[in-house]
Amino acid sequence: MMDSPLALWHRAVSSLPFEWAGYEFMRLALLAVLVISPLLGALGTVVVANRMAFFSEAIGHAAFTGIAIGVILGLDDPMWSMIGFALVLTLAIAWVRRRGALSSDTAIGLVMAFTVSLGIVILSRGGDFARYTNFLIGDMLAIAPRDVGWLAALGAVAAGLFLLFFNRLLLATMSPSLARSRGKYAGAAELVFACLLAVVVTCALPWIGILVINALLILPAAAARNLARNTAGFFGWSIAVALLAGIAGLIASFYASTATGATVVLAAMAVYLLTLLRRVVS
Amino acid sequence: MHVPPDDAPAHQGIAPHRCGECCTTMRGVAARRNGVSVLEDIDLHLHCGELTAVIGENGAGKTTLVKCLLGEMPHSGEVHFLDAARRRKDSPVIGYVPQHNSFDKDAPVSVLDLFAASLSARPACLGVSAPVRQAALAGLQRTSAGQLIDRKVGSLSGGELQRVLLGLALTPVPNILVLDEPMSGVDHRGREQFYGLLSKLRREYDLAVLLVSHDLATLARFADRMVFLDRRIVCEGTPSQVLHDPRVREAFSLHSLS
Repeated sequence: MMDSPLALWHRAVSSLPFEWAGYEFMRLALLAVLVISPLLGALGTVVVANRMAFFSEAIGHAAFTGIAIGVILGLDDPMWSMIGFALVLTLAIAWVRRRGALSSDTAIGLVMAFTVSLGIVILSRGGDFARYTNFLIGDMLAIAPRDVGWLAALGAVAAGLFLLFFNRLLLATMSPSLARSRGKYAGAAELVFACLLAVVVTCALPWIGILVINALLILPAAAARNLARNTAGFFGWSIAVALLAGIAGLIASFYASTATGATVVLAAMAVYLLTLLRRVVS
Repeated sequence: MHVPPDDAPAHQGIAPHRCGECCTTMRGVAARRNGVSVLEDIDLHLHCGELTAVIGENGAGKTTLVKCLLGEMPHSGEVHFLDAARRRKDSPVIGYVPQHNSFDKDAPVSVLDLFAASLSARPACLGVSAPVRQAALAGLQRTSAGQLIDRKVGSLSGGELQRVLLGLALTPVPNILVLDEPMSGVDHRGREQFYGLLSKLRREYDLAVLLVSHDLATLARFADRMVFLDRRIVCEGTPSQVLHDPRVREAFSLHSLS
């Protein structure tokens, strides 16, 4: 019988001479980290360059209401309602921004306060909120093979779209009018990217945690900014830092018995501080 | 669709290679922002080989005019371009040099990345191919900026950045070159050099140039035609005609000068 790629992965990793490699949940979690980290690291470059960090934070927090809608609708898995609500919210924020009625940080701040409160109110009815704390800190070690498969498929689609729109996003960051003069419609590219970001953040949430996911998006890119001199370097360093922090954080969380998402963030923070030191020294 | 021939240019430029045939026309262009009219009844012809300077006070609609030309701003009226064979083109190649550098000083974007993102379909984050690098270098050499190709955009001086952006706007050589206050924040010598370069390139490539600026004294020497804008075109003509118009002198407090 042919071995599935997953079985090959388990065999390869369990041959490593480490204690953690002997556990199936760790091998799966490592696979998930190898999918999620580079994706967040790559998207993070645009988030940092376009100053969208507050937006991605708001999308993460909006998951409270996404979950609540799933509960009201009686869904077994609230993921679909989370994704749907994140997309609706993304379009709403884009619409408010385009209207220019409110400055973008005010608009996002209002929306975030509203969606977090609404979600908490609905989920805490009857004192049942504790059931949902998993989403707050995430549980990377509970990931199932099927979830890793979904994440990998999402990662492939997201990477394709991201690369397709990358150049116009880059120009739009520099000057929307310049992008326009080169026939690159910045508005559409930014909307596609915002939707992509919303879906990726929402899908990664249950494993990483609402409270910390935004750090994984911005820390690797912030670190890469301290090292890179051009776009390719920025991109490459951000993915490398995300992978390094992801793997180191996962293994550290195993030995320290801590929540994986937050441990990964601390690892990324450590790398960021090292890059900052290097920048200050040089 | 039949397009009537354009009127003869009001002011005959002196560019040696001027074909004088191609022309960008704005006819009856008007724009509103939040229900308030910001631009009215604009009739403007931009001829190749001719540098047209748009002057006006803050809020006079200069940048709005540029945005209408770039197709970035919804407007009524017509904007069209006729090429040398007097065929109508709906999407002329526009070279655009933006207003001021709002560029992030720390952005890890090199000059080459800017060109790659503009010229190539390959995502700049995956590196730049040798032919694109060649094309970028050729573009930068037009504005004597070849040595800046690997510099970070944020590390350039104001004058260097504008030479890079001008080189980018000329790659490929456009039908119209539009510059929106390209020299704000650049010192006097840098401005002189830049306008001298622009004037030379305009002749060399027979470019139609639209330049928005406050630099009246410098423009007087380099522009072929001048347009004074205050929501509508108040007056236009040679720089000396426009700068002697009482309405212009009033707006720019030129009484004490000359």
